Amino acid sequence: MTGLVGGMSSLYSAVWSYCSNIAFFQKDSHVKSRQWRLVYAAGLILGAFIWLSLPGTEMPVTQVPTWQLILGGFIAGFGARYGNGCTSGHGICGMAALSVTSILAVIVFLGAGMVTAQLVASLG
Amino acid sequence: MNTAIYWVVILASGALFGFGLSFSTMLQPEVVLSFLRFEDFGLLLVLGSATGLTMLIYQLAPGILKKPFLVEKFSSKPDGELKKTLIGAMIFGIGWGLAGVCPGPAIAGIGAGNWPVIYALIAMLGGAYVQGRWFSGN
Repeated sequence: MTGLVGGMSSLYSAVWSYCSNIAFFQKDSHVKSRQWRLVYAAGLILGAFIWLSLPGTEMPVTQVPTWQLILGGFIAGFGARYGNGCTSGHGICGMAALSVTSILAVIVFLGAGMVTAQLVASLG
Repeated sequence: MNTAIYWVVILASGALFGFGLSFSTMLQPEVVLSFLRFEDFGLLLVLGSATGLTMLIYQLAPGILKKPFLVEKFSSKPDGELKKTLIGAMIFGIGWGLAGVCPGPAIAGIGAGNWPVIYALIAMLGGAYVQGRWFSGN
């Protein structure tokens, strides 16, 4: 419909263009896409809220320890931007576009995620 | 291009994605982590069907339609440098395996009332800042 390529992690860089003068954040691909990416993100929140409003749905509040959310979130945010994409960018959009780079990225992050999750489980 | 319909479609596409993430339990870090520990393979179906359907559209639509309904041309995203992409993917995977949250669900989780994911959301913004500020090669 709109011809745009989704992928959520780019938003995390693009929003910084609103409040940082650093050249990387001010580059065209961030400034030009920040508006639709924010609207798309608002849609994500709206869609999840609509789902929650349906009868019979409930969202268990996560019990994952806060330090894991913060440390993991920070590492994931860094890595997703360093590697140009996350689960939706490489995983859905990239693989669907048959990008070899994205397919390899998915194999690598699934592998790293599995090793990490199992390590944390066996330690914790 | 700045028509109201264009923005409504973007919002609705996001809402559909957010609804799907909720419905498929992808908003629950516990489910993501149990998938990564091989205890629950449901998310493989989520990723598989999402990618399969998108692939069908990406591969067929540009051939069938001369242009997207609302704009002049289809966008595409160039691949990044392979080595950098794979290093980033590995770092991302480690964070994902620790938190059980990835960038989409960190946002959608707010709408579904899974409040603690806000910690991950803010931390992800921090990670993206550090990457852009010091590791973007500029």
